[in-house]
Amino acid sequence: MAWFKRKTDGSEGKASRVHIAEGLWIKCDSCKEIIYRAEVERAGRVCPKCNYPFRISARERITLLADPGSYEERDTTLETTDPLAFKDTKKYRDRVRAAMQKTRADEAVVCGLARIGGLPAVLCVFEFGFLGGSMGSVVGEKLTRAIELAIDKHVPVVIVSASGGARMQEGILSLMQMAKTSAALQRLGERRLPYVSVLTDPTTGGVTASFAMLGDVIMAEPRALIGFAGPRVIAETIRQPLPEGFQRSEFLLEHGQLDLIVDRRDLKETLRRILAFFADQPSQPG
Amino acid sequence: MPDALDFEQPLLELETRLATLQAQEDSPRLREEITKLEERLERQRQKTYASLTPWQRTQLARHPKRPHARDYIRVLFDDFIELHGDRLYGDDAAIVSGLARFEGQGVVVIGHQKGRDTREKIARNFGMPHPEGYRKALRLMQLAEKFGKPVLTFIDTPGAYPGLGAEERGQAEAIARNLREMAGLRTPIVAVVTGEGGSGGALAIGMGNRVLMLEYAIYSVISPEGCAAILWGDAARAPDAAESMKITAPDLVRLGVIDAIVPEPVGGAHRDWDGAAAHLRAALRSHLGDLASKSGDALVAERYEKFRRMGAFEEASRPRAGL
Ligand SMILES: [Zn+2]
Repeated sequence: MAWFKRKTDGSEGKASRVHIAEGLWIKCDSCKEIIYRAEVERAGRVCPKCNYPFRISARERITLLADPGSYEERDTTLETTDPLAFKDTKKYRDRVRAAMQKTRADEAVVCGLARIGGLPAVLCVFEFGFLGGSMGSVVGEKLTRAIELAIDKHVPVVIVSASGGARMQEGILSLMQMAKTSAALQRLGERRLPYVSVLTDPTTGGVTASFAMLGDVIMAEPRALIGFAGPRVIAETIRQPLPEGFQRSEFLLEHGQLDLIVDRRDLKETLRRILAFFADQPSQPG
Repeated sequence: MPDALDFEQPLLELETRLATLQAQEDSPRLREEITKLEERLERQRQKTYASLTPWQRTQLARHPKRPHARDYIRVLFDDFIELHGDRLYGDDAAIVSGLARFEGQGVVVIGHQKGRDTREKIARNFGMPHPEGYRKALRLMQLAEKFGKPVLTFIDTPGAYPGLGAEERGQAEAIARNLREMAGLRTPIVAVVTGEGGSGGALAIGMGNRVLMLEYAIYSVISPEGCAAILWGDAARAPDAAESMKITAPDLVRLGVIDAIVPEPVGGAHRDWDGAAAHLRAALRSHLGDLASKSGDALVAERYEKFRRMGAFEEASRPRAGL
């Protein structure tokens, strides 16, 4: 195998990151095509050449899914207390504040009430740019409050995940958010309120091993990395190369772990149809 | 003392000297010397175990001679009948489970199982379950609920296995489902971290009405080695990571994650299995007794509130950021 081939393989394996340079043209990290930026923006940040969905912020995702002007954000006032007084090269609270400034989100998940194609729902969207979308106490609390709000308002829940998993800086408390959010979903299920889980690139670790895999319907964007353990950890454990496409959406669908894969441009309409089904509403929008 | 840990070495030396003296012919002077040495050994022991670092506790929690689930099951229960398999795909030997009697009462027991010798370690996959293990555990929990029996779980795993088959067969889904189903289980659950509480792989059988921890057990979101590799790119700094992550039983009481610490014999459970089991028996008797009279509704509600409270944050009066 030639050196340049190896290099190509390496970047293809990490097809998730796309560098969008300033200017009129951008290069897709997946197919390497140079594309006109406006064309990408028009398509909901999907590559028009290879349909690769670029990573987007929580804000962009909400604009994509919620009816204009319908989003009422909730619980933006919570902040970590650095319960472990975590010893690291940089203070945990400083990391959180830097992430806030970078993403303009208050934490790694944004939660609120929305209308999706006219149908009410609690919509929670992960911000991967915020410490890798990691779940600490605030993320767990916001999700749990959002699920409890859905129970209170008698509406369904939609969670769009993009997360590396638990937040190490909160240690065991971060692990316990898996229990807390899953317990809240158990209650939601008891009330016969639907929960749709949307998995986007990447969804791994403690997020996958809790609420993300508990949807009544679980859907994913194409080619998203989805798994329990990260591919690097698995490769180190089994000491052999991972199969082509391992832990990508298509692999999970083939292994029976997902209900469906949905192109980002069809995501809102698919959600609307599913919510309409559970709400016993007509299949066409009003 | 075979398999002595580094911090146990001074104790090992004293013990060896004591054994040499005890082997000699009896005399008043020798007896005096033996008494002195015994006192010194005891003082040294107390001192060593009163000031263990988180890393030393980690080493104890992973001690090759530490009792495993089957060892506790043998001592604590009568009439254990092991039940195998998830009825879906296979039987995972990294989780042992079955029907048993605890002081006459029928209980369902579930625990991670590590191996003792190399062959058994491999057969048990070092106590790292595949999805089948978690699905077997859930099957038995639901069996317990159906027949109104309490569930006892023993947690001792480095974590859920990160492998190809585990991912293909839904490791994440298996863990997630257990969390949701345990939350709604209408029968008492008492979980005990007996050794290593390794992340989601531990929690997947750990959502108890009561969660107990043995004195030198650890419970963490990632192994100290894994944390050190991420933070400093160097797994060898695991002792520092063990310190940072607050993984010891006293830490977890402070953080509100566990309800009680079960004492271990001086020197750790591996030095006195029966002593360790006796402490555990007393704890199980007391907690099962407290839960026995509660209704299914009350058990589910209490469990919800317990985990609902976990986490640490403060709430400001004004939004911090937002869209
Ligand atoms: Zn492309």
